[in-house]
Order: sequence, then C-alpha cells, then structure tokens
Amino acid sequence: MDHTRLRNRTIFILVVLIASVLGLTGIPKNFQQLKENLANRIHLGLDLKGGTHMVLQVHVDDAVKVVTDQALERLRDEMSSRGIPYSSIERQGISSILIKGVPDEKSGDLDALVGQQFSTWTLQRVPGQPQSRVLNMKVSEVAMIRNQALDQARETIRRRIDALGLVGPEVADYGQGDYELVVQLPGVSDPTRVKNIIQATAMLELKLVRGGPYPSRDAALSSFGGVLPPGTELVPGNDESSSSSGGQVWYLLNQVAAVTGRDLTGAQPSTGQNGQPIVNFTLSREGAVRFGEITGKNVGKQLAIVLDNRVVSAPVIDSRITDSGEIRGNFTTQQASDLALMLRSGALPASISYINESTVGPSLGADSIRDGIIACIVGFLAVMLFMLIYYRGAGVNADVALILNLIILMAVLAYFQAVLTLPGIAGVILTVGMGVDSNVLVFERIREELRHGKAPGAAVAAGFEHAFRTILDTHVTTVAAAAILFTFGTGPIKGFAVTLTIGLIANLFTSVYVSRTIFDYVLSRRQKGEALSV
Amino acid sequence: MEFFHEPNIDWMGKKWYFISASLALLVAGLLSIAVHHGLVYGIEFRSGTQVTVKFAKAPDLGAIRRELAKDNWKGASIQSIGPASEHSVMIELPLQEGASEGSALDAGKNAIVKALTSLYGGASAGKSDFNNATSKNIEDYLLVSDPLGMASKGLDTATSTYEKLAAAMVQFRDNPPQSGLIADFQQLSNVPGVTPAVISALEKGFYLSGFTVRNTEIVGPKVGSDLRRQAVYVTLAGLAAMLVYIWFRFELIYGVSAVIAVFHDVLITIGLFSLFGKEITLDVIAALLTLVGYSMNDTIVVFDRVRENLPSSKRENFADLVNRSINQTLSRTILTSGLTFLAVLALFLFGGEVIHGFAFAMVVGVLIGTYSSIAIASPILVYWQSRAGKGGVREKRRVYEREIATAKR
Repeated sequence: MDHTRLRNRTIFILVVLIASVLGLTGIPKNFQQLKENLANRIHLGLDLKGGTHMVLQVHVDDAVKVVTDQALERLRDEMSSRGIPYSSIERQGISSILIKGVPDEKSGDLDALVGQQFSTWTLQRVPGQPQSRVLNMKVSEVAMIRNQALDQARETIRRRIDALGLVGPEVADYGQGDYELVVQLPGVSDPTRVKNIIQATAMLELKLVRGGPYPSRDAALSSFGGVLPPGTELVPGNDESSSSSGGQVWYLLNQVAAVTGRDLTGAQPSTGQNGQPIVNFTLSREGAVRFGEITGKNVGKQLAIVLDNRVVSAPVIDSRITDSGEIRGNFTTQQASDLALMLRSGALPASISYINESTVGPSLGADSIRDGIIACIVGFLAVMLFMLIYYRGAGVNADVALILNLIILMAVLAYFQAVLTLPGIAGVILTVGMGVDSNVLVFERIREELRHGKAPGAAVAAGFEHAFRTILDTHVTTVAAAAILFTFGTGPIKGFAVTLTIGLIANLFTSVYVSRTIFDYVLSRRQKGEALSV
Repeated sequence: MEFFHEPNIDWMGKKWYFISASLALLVAGLLSIAVHHGLVYGIEFRSGTQVTVKFAKAPDLGAIRRELAKDNWKGASIQSIGPASEHSVMIELPLQEGASEGSALDAGKNAIVKALTSLYGGASAGKSDFNNATSKNIEDYLLVSDPLGMASKGLDTATSTYEKLAAAMVQFRDNPPQSGLIADFQQLSNVPGVTPAVISALEKGFYLSGFTVRNTEIVGPKVGSDLRRQAVYVTLAGLAAMLVYIWFRFELIYGVSAVIAVFHDVLITIGLFSLFGKEITLDVIAALLTLVGYSMNDTIVVFDRVRENLPSSKRENFADLVNRSINQTLSRTILTSGLTFLAVLALFLFGGEVIHGFAFAMVVGVLIGTYSSIAIASPILVYWQSRAGKGGVREKRRVYEREIATAKR
C-alpha cells in the first residue's frame, strides 16, 4: 500500500479513536472528574445501579364497566320518559345490559331509542325469551375504552412518579397487548410507598349523606325495610367516633356525586385546626358552582368525602361553600402529602395491581459491577497475553485492535445512551473472546500462505481476502441470534444483545480495517528479506 | 509458536467413540432430568417470592425455616449462596393459594422480613436500622443531632456537609467488602469526614441489624407463565432461523446435519444443568441461544472447507475428504474456541453469583459446540451423503455440481 493511502487510513483510525475516547470521558480537568464523566455517560441498568422494576396490570375492564353503568342509568331514564315499560334492567358482565319484560308492541320504540341514543351499542333478541333484549357494547367501542384507559393510566402513573422527584424513572407499555405496564425506578430499594401511590385509584367523590352512620350493612338495610331508596347506595367508612381505625360503619349516600376529582384544580397538604394533617383542595369554576348549590341547599346535613369508595369523613355543612374545602381523615403527614399528590395527578381510570416486582439493592449492584469489571479485565488480559505469545509481532497487532474495539464499543453505548446491564458486561467479555477470533482467522491464513511460499505482502493480502468471508459469516450468525434475543428478551437480556451486536460490528472495523493498516505499516517499515512476525 | 503442524487424524474413523461419548452424556443428562434433580427453573419461570439476604454472622438456616413455619409458611427453600465468608442466603417461598396480584403478592416478602427481624433484627426501641437506612434518613438525623457543630455555619453549609457525609457512609456500607452490612459503627471511621463525635451520635439514633435484604423478586403467576412461553418461542425461533440460514448457504443435507449438532449441544447443556442442579434462568436461555449461533459458526467453518475441497476430491471418498477438511481447519478451530473459552472462563470464575448460570452455560457450550462440529455434524453429513448417493465418483460429481450452483447463487 502506498504511503499516502497508509497515512490517510492512519489518520482516519486516530480520529475514530480520539472521538470515541472523548465521547466517553469528555474533557476532564482531573482524575476525579474523569471518573464522574464516565459514570454519567454510561447508563447502568437497574441490576447494576440498584432499583425497582415492576410490572403492573391495568384492569381496563373497570373503565368499561363504568361506561356500561352510565349507559344503564341513561337507558332507564330514556325508557321511562318514552313510556317503554320494563320489568328489570341489569348489567351483565362488563359490557352488556339485559332488559326484561318489554311488551311486543313497544319493541319498535325500543329499537328506535337504541338507534338514536345508543349508537355505540347493538340491540339483540334473547333466544327463548321473547320479551327480553340484550344491549351489547360494540366491540370497537370496548377496545377503544380499554386502550384509552391504558393510556390514561400510563400518563397518570407517570405524573405521580414524576411528582416523587426520582431520578430517571420510566413508565412504558409491556408485553403483548395484555394491558400491562412496566415501571422502572432507579435507586428505589423499598418500593412500598411508591407501590401504594401507584396503585391507589384516588377517585374522589363528594356525596350527600342520606342516612347513617350505621354499625353494619344489615342494620342499614333493615332501617329501610330491606330495600334502599332509589338513587342511593351503601358505602363503608371508618368509625370517626372511636380513635382506632378498627371500627367500620356504613353510610347511605346519594349515588350521584356532587363534586368529583375531575373538578379539582389543586390539592395541598396542610394542618387543620387541631394541628392534624389535612388536605386542602380547590375547585374549578363549574365545580365551584355545583359545590355552592349543594352546600347552599343542604346546610345542616352531612357531606361525605368518599375516596376510592370509602368514606373518609362526613362533616356537617356549616354554610354555603364554593371554591375550596378540606379533607380530614386519620392521616399522617406523609399520608396527607401522598394523597394531595394523587389528587393532583388525577384519578386512575381503572384499578391497577402489580403482578411482578424485582428489587435490586445498591449493595448487590455494586458487587455485580465489581465482579463484572474484574472478569472483564482478567479475560481481556488472558486473551491479550495468549495472542502475544502465540503470534508475537502480529499479537501486538491483534491486541491493539482489541483495545480499540472495546473503546469504540463503550463509546457507542454512551452515545446512544444504551443501558449497560450485567449480562451486557458478559456481552463485552464475549466480544473480547469472539472478536479476537477474527484476528486468529486472518493470522492462520497468513501463516498458511507464508508456508506455501508467498511473499509477506502477498500473504497478508491473501490472508485478509480469504478470511473476510468467514469473519463476516460468523459475525452475521451471532448478530442474528442477538437480534432474536433483543426482540423477545427482557431488559437485562436486551442489554446483552446490544453490547454483543455493537461489539461485533465494531470488531469488523477493528479486526479488518485497523489490523490491515497496522500490518501495512509494519510491512512498509520492514527491511527487504526480513521475516514477518506472525 | 504453533500447536498443530499439519495434523493428520482420522476423525471419521473414530466416530463411534465420539457418538458413544455423546450418547453417554445425553443419557446421563436425560436421566438426571427424569429422576434426579429434574429441571430447576429460575424464580422468574416459577412464580413465588425469592429474597437474597446477607447476614453479619453465619445464619442458622433451620431457625429461619422454623420461624417461617410458625406463621404457616411451609415449603420454604433456604440455601446459602456464594462463598461461605459472605454469609449470603437465598430464601424462597411459593405463592399463597390464589394470590395472583397486588398486595397478596407482598405476603411472602413481608413474612420473610418479619421472620428475619425477629431472629436477627437486633432492634432497639426508638432507634432506626442503620444497615437498611437510606442516605436521606441518615442526613436528616445528622442535621438534627449536629455532631460536627455545623449549626453556627448556616443551614446551607450544614445541609450540604451532612448530605455528602451521609452519601459517603452509605456508599462505604454498600460497596464491597461490606456489601450492604456493617457489623460495628467503628467501621465507619474509614470514611473521610467521620469523626468519633459522628459515630457516637449515630450510635444514639441507630442500631445495626444483623441482616440486609440485597435483592427481591416477586413473580406473579401470570408473568411466570408468560415468560415460560416466551422462552420456548425464543429457542424455537433461533433454531428455525439457523436452519433456514444454513439451507440457503449450503445444501439441505448440510443444514440438517448442522441443526442436529446444535440440538445435541443444547440438550447436553440442559442435561448438565440438571446434573449439577443449577437453575435455568432467563439469562441461561439467552446463553443457550448465543451458543446456538456459536456452534453454527464452528460448523460453518468446517463445512466451508469441505465445500472448498470438493473440486479436488475426485479420487477420494467423502469420509476422507471430510477428514482432510477438518485437519486443515483444526488449528484455527481449536484456537478460536480456546480464546472464546478463556474469555467465558474468566466470567465463570470471577463474574460473581448473579451471572454464574449464564457463565456456566457459555463455558459448557463453547466446549461442546466445538466438539460437535467435528464429532457430530461431520459424521452425520458423511452418513447422509453415503445414503443419498452411492458414494461413487459419479455421485460426488453430481453433488459437486449442485454445490457450485448453490455457491454461484
């Protein structure tokens, strides 16, 4: 190779080297800053940094049920106002409503009603029951509500986690279409509080109290002769009179809420008159209007503050209030603060429960990093030493290429902010082991060509030419295996696939381009008749 | 320096030794799966609670088991892991009946923490546990007790001083060799900035529990079964992809021989896992897939040379041709495998507990993968070839021409 080409290639390689090193270390002023820069640019996975990884199941069918219930109420009203008699209307499953006892002459009216007011539903007859009909939500509508619930849940959880002030949390979809979310919380080694915050639906409703508190559900029912008045419901709550929270009482409340969490414009933790922790909330203009109406008309009655279908407290309305209020319960300061956070971020449209949790403490992470680095260094040194002994001068060539390979690998990881996990470190070690194989393939071929009497220059050229196809082949098969792992694998395994792939691609560059350049450099310096050290 | 100078070994002649050795290993592995240890799955496949705990002193495993049984937790699996000096233990509880999500899943972990606290907690009234405290907890306490007398220097200076000090102490506690647990407050004097005044202040507000939880895995039943299914898909997808790839590059016969060899590798590796009672985790599945790729590579190297030698083989029978090809590639096969083996051996010996399963699979796999290219794939190829054709010159010519046509494509 002539000198200009050789020089250009060398410059190119040096540029790549310097860019990689700078990408990794920045421009540090001292050793301490060097370590800090490195730590910042290389993103560690949860298994190395410590943290919590959770998979959540969003019960999207809750949201579907809510829509069905609302439709049921509307249906009742409409059928009454249009004079269509019925014997019963009940929800069946999550997205069906069973209507019984519709006389035949009114069936046309019912069809018309559904066609006009319930366009996202289909009305069907029930085989064997001529006077019954089933109203089914359209499949597309069900799917849409489910997906909306998933999106809303994801956003709400994101807001709640962001409000906690953690560093680098992530919320994302998980799995294949089962409405699951994955939450990653670096640095959190006790996720109990976070789990509570994430899983609480935080649905706030203010409802008028119609009766109670009753000591038990049966006592409440019997005071109404076993049948609740229309438009009411029984809701449990804590016994405010006793200081322990063991006693449970029941309230009879209006079903329809005067004010809900959607009307909130803000919520703050605060201290009440007696110094106990409370939550202050403020309402939007429409909410304030409704709140004013209800409190104005019902002075002296109780207004229940219902959180997640439990009565937290039921204070007596002193006077007409409009735009703000306070929630008192047996809160600790932390609980009040968390509740305010959840109210601010909005209620979850569906309940959430976690189905998988993995927590790595920081000490295990530190151990893993140390072990991983030691294994890397040992493997690297062993391979380097062997190459030096077995291939002498060419061994130096291979070792330089290997060092460059690793530097480029780490730099690319840092540039793409790819996450380095423990299997990822294993991928680095595997890159060392498999990468140096490329060099072996070339060197063995060169030795063979030299044995057959070729001149060093021609032997080197032939060696690279013949070996390249096999090098490419082996790298392609391994990268293909890595690609499958990346598609199907979970976090740490994805890290392995990524480091292995980047490492092998970089290896194509270093073991072919860089190695060849070094050989050509050595050849150009060689004296005539001197043997090539390989 | 050179290991193999023009070797001339009759590999195909020795094939029955190889095949019997492989069969022996396979049978041993299958027997182990059937009657000995069975297949030990990692927690992520089984569902349940798994907690890794480090103790200050060697724990009494029987006592822990009895303590758990008091609360009706039977079926606990408790084993020591890692070197004995580390006093690390892995405790596993199955899920309770019907527990599938949410707080029901926490029950196992809470039970374990409760049992350990009552046995090794060392709790003191009014004090917090230093070994399981966060940096913020410690910082807040130091700010209030102010052992360094920072009150005079203003709130900002005090906060930042104590914040850095708390962080340094926590890092000291969590890094090796303490690895999450200190047994004596005096150990903290190794941290720069910690004075005896700081230590006595800490002693008043904190106690040192005898254990720390290093790692928690809680796997619900749905995720467990999802992952199992995924693992199977991944492995099958990998094998299928490899078969298709080799089919394109070579003839079908070569492809099938290679895939049988790879299958043999995976089976033997899994059998060895069972023989040694090692857990098959997600990492291990990843290693198996990587092995599939690696074993393919090795086989391709030999088959490439066989194809290259075909034109010059008119007088040879196929078995001799394959022998010659193996001998020619022996040097580089042994070298490349040897180097990869060196690298994964380092991972196996020094990589630590967590990656141990993966490393074991890779170490075994590299050895068996190399062995199978010579000992399994090649004999199968020869056997098939002799069955497909009459093995004579005309047959070989036909194969040769087909090969050229494939290579040209």
